Amino acid sequence: MLKKLSLAAVAALTLSGGAAVAAGGAGHIDDVAFSFEGPFGTFDQNQLQRGLKVYTQVCSSCHGMKYVPLRTLGDEGGPHLPTDQVRAYAENFEVFDEDLGDYRPAKPTDHFPESMDPNAPDLSLMAKARAGFHGPYGTGLSQLFKGMGGPEYITALLTGYTGEDKMEAGTLFYENTAFPGGWISMAPPLYGEDVDFDDGAPNDIQSEAEDVAAFMMWAAEPKMMARQHAGFVGVLFLSVLTVLLYLTNKRLWAPVKGKKSA
Amino acid sequence: MSGIPHDHYEPKSGGAKWLHRRLPIASLLYDTITIPTPKNLNWMWIWGIVLTFCLALQIVTGIVLAMHYTPHVDMAFASIEHIMRNVNGGHMLRYLHMNGASLFFFAVYLHIFRGLYYGSYKAPREVTWIIGMLIYLLMMGTAFMGYVLPWGQMSFWGATVITGLFGAIPFIGEPIQTWLLGGPAVGNATLNRFFSLHYLLPFVIAALVAIHIWAFHTTGNNNPTGVEVRRDSKAEAKKDTVPFWPYFVIKDLFALGVILAVFFAIVGFMPNYLGHPDNYIEADPLVTPAHIVPEWYFLPFYAILRAFTSDVWVVMFASWITGGIIDAKFFGVLAMFGAIAVMFVAPWLDTSGVRSGRYRPMFKWWFALLVIDFIVLMWAGAMPAEPPYSTISLIGSAYWFAYFLVILPLLGVIEKPTSAPATIEDDFESHYGKASGTPAE
Repeated sequence: MLKKLSLAAVAALTLSGGAAVAAGGAGHIDDVAFSFEGPFGTFDQNQLQRGLKVYTQVCSSCHGMKYVPLRTLGDEGGPHLPTDQVRAYAENFEVFDEDLGDYRPAKPTDHFPESMDPNAPDLSLMAKARAGFHGPYGTGLSQLFKGMGGPEYITALLTGYTGEDKMEAGTLFYENTAFPGGWISMAPPLYGEDVDFDDGAPNDIQSEAEDVAAFMMWAAEPKMMARQHAGFVGVLFLSVLTVLLYLTNKRLWAPVKGKKSA
Repeated sequence: MSGIPHDHYEPKSGGAKWLHRRLPIASLLYDTITIPTPKNLNWMWIWGIVLTFCLALQIVTGIVLAMHYTPHVDMAFASIEHIMRNVNGGHMLRYLHMNGASLFFFAVYLHIFRGLYYGSYKAPREVTWIIGMLIYLLMMGTAFMGYVLPWGQMSFWGATVITGLFGAIPFIGEPIQTWLLGGPAVGNATLNRFFSLHYLLPFVIAALVAIHIWAFHTTGNNNPTGVEVRRDSKAEAKKDTVPFWPYFVIKDLFALGVILAVFFAIVGFMPNYLGHPDNYIEADPLVTPAHIVPEWYFLPFYAILRAFTSDVWVVMFASWITGGIIDAKFFGVLAMFGAIAVMFVAPWLDTSGVRSGRYRPMFKWWFALLVIDFIVLMWAGAMPAEPPYSTISLIGSAYWFAYFLVILPLLGVIEKPTSAPATIEDDFESHYGKASGTPAE
């Protein structure tokens, strides 16, 4: 009986774990088959580079990413830009240097700048901070099996503008099908064909949104591939160890147990 | 150590004899590791090892994390990101520590419910049970304070809500709350003391774990039958037991291996599944999250806390009889702590002379209902505090108290238990047959 109950408890904990994060009346979000989903998913380097371009040319005019060091753009498993490109990219930004007492072009050791617009949230962790889609029925099963989470939310948000807007208390709000509550103060950032990609990838609004969402997932979780690798090695090692321990245990107990009567 | 008769440590070499006369530490270790253990223990007896592992894991990962963490309101959140991005292996350390807390509570709940089902709390193991409950309380305190350290939105608002509970105590509540927080609101002083205590309490837990183990090594383990080991002679005790090393060490390590494989899959592939996304937003005292939800392991008690609103008749009655001193908020706080307090006194509430639930036909069903109740409360605690969830929480809370305060005392009187095997040996042999050492009959 206790065995059955503990199994039920495991199942229920898995479900309520998702339920614990079921908060906020989220809008409509579609699943996107991102390359980094699942235990063996990897970031698509080209997609991250495209997303970086969208971020740089569109998002960064208001938003910042203050927790992301610029040098990590050169990391393997990330956008993996060559060193000279990272250096050149960093120089696009100005940072305040306390030793100089003045602004200077950023170096790879600096971080991305903070948000230009104080009302624009920092995007460093947005893909994890908005992992809040925990459907259906607050069970979190979509997240568990399809990997639906922050990047899907970001994609849905960027493509979810209906074109309607309204003035409220001196602020202009735009209707958005993905944003909780339905009205967001961010003006539509993407219209399609906002950026030309060097690799000739499609630049319609859906592709741009997916690319920048993937880039933001990398920004939020740059060590994802290393982590999955560690997890895989851990599971593999423990599985082998467990089999050995199982056999040891069986042999150890055999003389105590004798032959099974039933 | 008293208890089950068994072979004791004999120093053999000259050096061992020399040390034994001065400090019998080898003897202590030998007696601890070779303690006679009922041979019929089932797979629900593995959680102790899992919990010991969790404590070690949390202390080791925690100490390294503390080397890179900064307990200051302006730097805490950034220092976590520093750990996640710049510290070698920092992201794994942090995810292990984060999910290690969940594994810890998962194991402790199964451990506690194991004890409740097999009557492990009953005489003569009440002290083991109470020490265990103290450990559980300290675990909750430690986990709560640990969750505040990343200084995300849920950290901050969770701390605000939970420390607010102390403010509900009549008359002295607000000074106590201010004293606990080190100021009028959750701030830098709060973060600093939470960090200090989060580092300290695990070592207190470790000391209590040692006492917990000492206590049940004195009484001997309970077992699925609840029948005590025969201890008139060493030969009789040997029929009921095997030494902990190697039999249960290997068995427990095997179980630990299975659990850790699942644990590593969670850490590696979905480390944020059990967490709340809002905690990746830096704490902002000016922005309240839409729903403040504690970690999953607090949810059943959080549901009990919120269940008693001012329109519930017991709350109205309590308020009327105390002249308004006990309001709905304070009643909720009392109920939450009461829900844990009734577990403390379970050894004296359970009147049944039969220890194991296996031989208690009525108890089994009430116990199953308690487990379901716990899970329902956990779910209800994650839901918004509005109908129908508030009603479900109230019913769930009522059953929680009814189980301990009414059902356990009554069952002992009205229930007719089935017969337990005479000895552990009988139980073991009915499962596995006689040991192959003895000739077949």
